[in-house]
Amino acid sequence: MFDFLEGYDLLGAFWTTVQLTLLSAVGSLIWGTLLAAMRVGPVPLMRGFATAYVNIVRNIPLTVIILFSSLGLYSTLNITMGSEVVKTSNFRLAVLGLMLYTAAFVCEALRSGINTVPVGQAEAARALGLNFTQVLGLVVLPQAFRAAVGPLTNVLIALTKNTTVAAAIGVAEAAYLMKEMVENEAQLVLISAIIAVGFCCLTLPTGLFLGWVAKKVAVKR
Amino acid sequence: MKLRKVTAASAAVLALSLAATACGSDDKKDDSGSSGGSKKITIGIKFDQPGIGQKTPQGYTGFDVDVATYVAGKLGYSEDQIEWKESKSADRETMLKRGDVDFIAASYSITPEREQLVDFAGPYLLAHQDVLIRADDNSIKAPADLNSKKLCSVTGSTSAQNVKDKLAPKAQLQEYPTYSACLTGLQNAAIDALTTDDSILAGYAAQSQFKGKFKLAGLKMTNENYGIGVKKGSDLKDKINKALEEMVSDGSWQKVVDSNFGPANYKNEPAPKIGDIKS
Amino acid sequence: MSSVLYDAQGPHAKRRNVLYTAVFTVAAVAVLWWVFSTLADKDQLAWEKWKPFLGGTEAYTAYIWPGLENTLKAAALSMIIALPLGAVLGIARLSDHAWVRVPASVVVEFFRAIPVLVLMIFGMAWYSEYTDISSDSRPLYAVVTGLVLYNASVLAEIVRAGILSLPRGQSEAAMAIGLRKNQTMRLVLLPQAVTAMLPAIVSQLVVIVKDTALGGAVMTFPELLASANTMSAYYGANTIASFTVVAVIFVAINFSLTSFAGWLERRLRQGKKSTGAVLGVDAVAELAAPGEHEEVTKVG
Repeated sequence: MFDFLEGYDLLGAFWTTVQLTLLSAVGSLIWGTLLAAMRVGPVPLMRGFATAYVNIVRNIPLTVIILFSSLGLYSTLNITMGSEVVKTSNFRLAVLGLMLYTAAFVCEALRSGINTVPVGQAEAARALGLNFTQVLGLVVLPQAFRAAVGPLTNVLIALTKNTTVAAAIGVAEAAYLMKEMVENEAQLVLISAIIAVGFCCLTLPTGLFLGWVAKKVAVKR
Repeated sequence: MKLRKVTAASAAVLALSLAATACGSDDKKDDSGSSGGSKKITIGIKFDQPGIGQKTPQGYTGFDVDVATYVAGKLGYSEDQIEWKESKSADRETMLKRGDVDFIAASYSITPEREQLVDFAGPYLLAHQDVLIRADDNSIKAPADLNSKKLCSVTGSTSAQNVKDKLAPKAQLQEYPTYSACLTGLQNAAIDALTTDDSILAGYAAQSQFKGKFKLAGLKMTNENYGIGVKKGSDLKDKINKALEEMVSDGSWQKVVDSNFGPANYKNEPAPKIGDIKS
Repeated sequence: MSSVLYDAQGPHAKRRNVLYTAVFTVAAVAVLWWVFSTLADKDQLAWEKWKPFLGGTEAYTAYIWPGLENTLKAAALSMIIALPLGAVLGIARLSDHAWVRVPASVVVEFFRAIPVLVLMIFGMAWYSEYTDISSDSRPLYAVVTGLVLYNASVLAEIVRAGILSLPRGQSEAAMAIGLRKNQTMRLVLLPQAVTAMLPAIVSQLVVIVKDTALGGAVMTFPELLASANTMSAYYGANTIASFTVVAVIFVAINFSLTSFAGWLERRLRQGKKSTGAVLGVDAVAELAAPGEHEEVTKVG
């Protein structure tokens, strides 16, 4: 029944999906946190930049962003992401595109986390003489992150599903393999079921586990 | 009161979206009686291959379009009775089988696999797989020179795979949704060569924006016999063959070749004999 | 909140802010300058490449508008089909009967767990193999199928959250005057929940509009993004210009939808007649993924 799987690197494709997810997750967490810090910070220009960034990036289809990172950054600006191998370049460009897109959502999740921290906390921190970086880094963000675990989980799951868009620039991840298999084999339902189960295995446990973590770390108020 | 306003607003949104769908769907003409009483003929062509079949704001242009127009004329249809449809490479056999189009002239190479599924009239042009390179690039003279080069083609096309499997196993493949995306990369030296049929490549090289920037390497890696695809067992095949023969003998073929490939400086092969398929 | 994070600025802090602003500006200008000069080097800023968009309407009538029409058509169709489907699924998940609730939950969780693109690829292959839909409209069917399956599940969660956001007194009062469960839902809860959900539904429309682009890039659906391809083939591979124009159009559409949703939300929160329950714009992002969701509603 599963004979047709021979010759296709199913595990490899899903491994690519996982790699895409993890690398862009780390990247977007860092860039998203910076954006959130800019957005609530005291410098008007940075606030404006972060707000504009979030509003623009959130409203562009991810497909456009991914294609742009290949056509614009690679083909036009000759940014090869430090690799002469086309496949590696494409993979890294996909990570970059996913990261830039997801960071906007991370920023929003963190901002909603920051909003859950009671005003008194920041006021008390300021009363102690802490400056903005200290208030944010030592008092507000640690609590905001705990409150944001839930929303961030959703961002992570959405990211896992979004990695399929990398198929548009030829990164051989799960959806790319699925398209290839569907075109060459007469096992549509079976192939789709395998891919769907694969994604369920990635997303559902993530959701359950991090949902549990979210409850565990939530700040009781 | 406020609630009512909101409901009214949402109703307006819904009405707008409904209207959008309504105007979207009314451009679908009745395509059931394609060659019957309404006296229309539906022809499948490419929409994004300048020189072969390209949708322009003024209509459709290209070699395939001109050949198809001539053939349709011989079949008794004037130019305004032709309905053009885009036939993507992967869809061509299905479109013919289901009768979505009457015939297809869309850089459609005759191959034994395809002949199992559809019938071909022609061939009407002999093209070769080739690569397009930057005009100042002299490093590619034989297919083996493509090793370690970056080769671009459209997603799912057989031409790039063909090079990689048989001619230059070390070539790197970049796949994009369209040839124009490849061209951007080629122009900016992110990609070294774009591969597909020389007739298609010539069309791109001839665009005014690219004058003098690209050239064909002239590798002639395969023979591509362009045919006009019709439904299996259709009586159109013989009529089209006759029309194509007339087209060559009365000089219109050469005229169409000159007007479409002339600017590209494309040295085309002489008109092939009907049924003479070069492998 | 933002002003709570830092003190009113004294002369020292003001000077520092000026410095930060200067550094940031210099960095931003340097990046922009590099991008623009490289683009100019590569001939991408040539008037020839931008002329079709800035110097005439031809490109819009021949390529962009037909593409945009398809984008809007697919988005509107998906929304119209997904809404009732989502409402049924959402209400089914609230049912007292396990045989209704459990299958509905499985469906909703399943379709939220897998990527829309996978659903679209499946739809495309399914329609070509098992139906005789013409190849013209097959991509539209596939795109709409994928979008409907996914968004119906998300909308089901929105509906469920909308109903749960209503104060419990509403259903208690309905029961007290002797309404049956079905009447309570139909006459009391749903009408109020629909109002509460409106902002969330509008922002879900943004997600749908964005996802139609998948159909253009990976399948052969002739929507806005795909029209950029045909267009750049004609205008001499002005890929950068075409993509920029398409991106700007997407941002314009989605930004106005987002703003409209925000306006609706503010409007509803101020409303005196409603129960005050509003399912905000933020709720959408949270309901889009599988798993438990708590307190997505803000009663304000």
